[in-house]
Amino acid sequence: MAVRVSFKVNGKSVSSEVEERTLLVSLIRDTLRLTGTHVGCDTAQCGACTVMMNGRAVKSCSMLAMQAEGAEITTIEGVAKPDGTLHPMQAAFKEHHGLQCGFCTPGMVINAIDFAKGNPNPTEQDVREALEGNLCRCTGYHNIVKSIMAGAKAMAAAK
Amino acid sequence: MNAPLIGARIPRKEDYRFLTGAGRYTDDVTLPHQTHAVFVRSPHAHAKIKSINSSRAKSAPGVLAVYTGDDIAAAKLGGLPCGWLITDVNGQPMKEPPYPVLAQGKVRFSGERVAVVVAETLDQAHDAAELVEVNYEVLPAVVDAVKALAKGAPALHEVAPDNTCYVWALGDKSAVDAAFAKAAHVTKLEFVNNRLIPNAIEPRAANGSYSRADDSYTLYVASQNPHVERLLMTAFVMGLPEHKVRVVAGDVGGGFGSKIYLYAEDVVVTWASKQLNRPVKWTADRSESYLSDAHGRDHTTTAELALDKDGKFLAMRVKTAANVGAYLSTFASCVPTILYATLLAGQYTTPVIHCEVTAVFTNTSPVDAYRGAGRPEATYVVERLVETAARELKIDAAEIRRRNFIRSFPYQTPVALLYDTGNYDATLDAATKMADVAGFAARKAEAAKRGKLRGLGYACYIEACGIAPSAVAGSLGARAGLFEAGEIRVHPTGSVTVFTGSHSHGQGHETSFAQVVADRLGLPIDSVDIVHGDTSKILFGMGTYGSRSIAVGGTAIVKALDKIVAKGKKIAAHLLEAAEADIEYDRGVFTVKGTDKKKMFGEVSFAAYVPHNYPHDKLEPGLNENAFYDPTNFTFPAGSYVCEVEVDPETGVVRIERWIAVDDFGKIINPMIVDGQVHGGLAQGIGQALTENCHYDASGQLVTGSFMDYSIPRATDVPMFEVDTRETPCTHNPLGVKGCGEAGAIGAPAALMNAITDAIGAKDLPMPATPQTVWRAIQNEKAA
Ligand code: FES
Ligand code: FES
Repeated sequence: MAVRVSFKVNGKSVSSEVEERTLLVSLIRDTLRLTGTHVGCDTAQCGACTVMMNGRAVKSCSMLAMQAEGAEITTIEGVAKPDGTLHPMQAAFKEHHGLQCGFCTPGMVINAIDFAKGNPNPTEQDVREALEGNLCRCTGYHNIVKSIMAGAKAMAAAK
Repeated sequence: MNAPLIGARIPRKEDYRFLTGAGRYTDDVTLPHQTHAVFVRSPHAHAKIKSINSSRAKSAPGVLAVYTGDDIAAAKLGGLPCGWLITDVNGQPMKEPPYPVLAQGKVRFSGERVAVVVAETLDQAHDAAELVEVNYEVLPAVVDAVKALAKGAPALHEVAPDNTCYVWALGDKSAVDAAFAKAAHVTKLEFVNNRLIPNAIEPRAANGSYSRADDSYTLYVASQNPHVERLLMTAFVMGLPEHKVRVVAGDVGGGFGSKIYLYAEDVVVTWASKQLNRPVKWTADRSESYLSDAHGRDHTTTAELALDKDGKFLAMRVKTAANVGAYLSTFASCVPTILYATLLAGQYTTPVIHCEVTAVFTNTSPVDAYRGAGRPEATYVVERLVETAARELKIDAAEIRRRNFIRSFPYQTPVALLYDTGNYDATLDAATKMADVAGFAARKAEAAKRGKLRGLGYACYIEACGIAPSAVAGSLGARAGLFEAGEIRVHPTGSVTVFTGSHSHGQGHETSFAQVVADRLGLPIDSVDIVHGDTSKILFGMGTYGSRSIAVGGTAIVKALDKIVAKGKKIAAHLLEAAEADIEYDRGVFTVKGTDKKKMFGEVSFAAYVPHNYPHDKLEPGLNENAFYDPTNFTFPAGSYVCEVEVDPETGVVRIERWIAVDDFGKIINPMIVDGQVHGGLAQGIGQALTENCHYDASGQLVTGSFMDYSIPRATDVPMFEVDTRETPCTHNPLGVKGCGEAGAIGAPAALMNAITDAIGAKDLPMPATPQTVWRAIQNEKAA
């Protein structure tokens, strides 16, 4: 059965017919064509699908589209400033080579921003533990950890 | 003039796109009138297909077609080819059973494609796939290579009733046996190099489309080598002319080998797009990746090293059963042979080596190259043997290596390779210093006070990269050339587009290749863009694997640059009214020798495209050159890794305390990118040694079929890495580069297992060293 779901994504109101079983990630990718949010698994392990929902990082592969009713969602496409300037966390990933193939990156960045809001000056261990739900096969995490430590500081400084 | 770009840590040009969600991976491509495919896969490892009833599926909502093996046979599509012919010791070619794109009468591994459903939406295709009824007669299965060789084992293929694909050998067996007979000491190990599943985070995907207007196909695919994909698909499987097929591999989310090969799904969606006259897209879910991506490693090996009483290596003898899975994947046959046995000399002067490899069919997913491909397996053999021998002879592990290092180059190994250059003392000395090996005894004693077991392990690896001189590869059985192509297109105002046959799926070529070009042409890096991954744009390409991109693809670009500069000199000579022989060129500036007369690169390129004042009698207008480069030798990156671990004897948990990696990759274009490649490789090597293991049960069911059951390293499993480099430039390419993509995965497993066995005092331990495995080994040592 089709249901209508209305919410805000990257500041814009959207309304869409979805099936009850439609996952939030397929609504975002296939219907809204915001393909920066990725799918890397079918067991809610990899975190490539992470989006910000009402200010918290969530895995959009493990939610139904219907559950987004009334929510405010930010995908990776909505993280940089409208003029294209990178968010401090994005800039830190670039500066510290925190990405290689880029596939895990949107989820990493969204999760890192959520984490950094509560951890302005995290330790290496804090960051590693915060990445429990985000898999990367390219970087060995080394530079992701460095990026997030630097990005968290930059976010705090920009406040 | 700009500061030198080669050797600079320049942030990557591609990052902005990836950081803002603007990457364009295969599944992101949705075409007008897009349809969706779902494959029906065998739930059995070995079974006869008695019948398939797809009538219910065909009449389900939205379904456009259901195809089975019969449709593929009727369309006369060929099977998937193997790109490397290995000749058996008996002189016969290897056994090459057909590898149909949809099963023909029989399935041979769980996950094999039996049928495909194409529907308007993905959900409809999924629903209908459930309605395809396949009637199987289940047969006994065999998943282990050694068991598959036993008498009476279930046979997979008629052409190979004993499940043997080939028996192959390299080296002088009688000389090796004679050396062993006289040796003062023999170290022997028997182990399994565990089977791995590559797990790029982007799953494989393919989107085929067909245009009746010009009878041509376009395939978007997550591939490391689109031209090779096209060649194999057109010439060997579909019987199409290449110019009617365009293959686009845009952004690709990691490969590690698993996206080198031509896969059945790619062929099926391409073929189906013509049947339906609509684009057909398939994207693997992770479960399908686990089941049907080519796996890696899976060797069962007996290895022996003969030494004299002073620890000098006299000979090595290795016997390996290599599991190739149910069918031969694209490069399956060369991985456990050409890329394995030839590396068994390592960094040492071992005078004679013999290796015998039996490649075995089993009811498992095909096995092919995975990061390192043969070279991690070889390094594991060599470096576990060397470290074990040192312990048995009570010689320091670094010292025994130094006693055997190759020090004069070029060096001809007894296993076919000619090392051009290297300095193994330099990397080992640096690594032992960085690791403070001198202080290890004190750290071990301190750990013991806390009840912890501390261990130290080395690995000094070598790899053969820059694959490969085509004539050599051809003489060894390659059915393709292994050169690379590049094109430099200079635009009228002096900006440049570079087309390369190398493919970047994380390696950062858009930056490092641009550094090479911008440096030579004296341009800002933003004036140079790199284009890759589209057969309609690029001349030709052999793609990216075997750490070949900078050494082979980079050299092709340099050769094209040489031609640009040569033509530029002619143009400059004309503009400067000087003799061509008097023109000198350095990073964007043409000068007349001994004068201050000069022309900038942009002025020359402008003259080439607005040729008002131009030597039309001698030169064509325009500034666009291409080059093909076929290397004259492999490159030989090498390095030393030192790993220090602490083991908790109560739990068997291994903690990596420090990881030091000193590599010699020759000249380095972008150290930031190189460090990143090393980090990633190390994490994959650590994964093999600590957490990853592909496991099939005896009936051939894949037990480790998700991220929940097959554990790729998480951020908490790996340490910060301490990396450094030493440099002996490659002698036979103009950049002096060797390649760096696989080193970490090659050297890490041996270093880590050497450290763990050192900590717990065991001679050997199977990978992965999970807490249970380590804890058991500690109990065994206590009991012994
Ligand atoms: S796709 Fe959502 S966690 Fe993997
Ligand atoms: S950058 Fe490739 S998976 Fe993380």
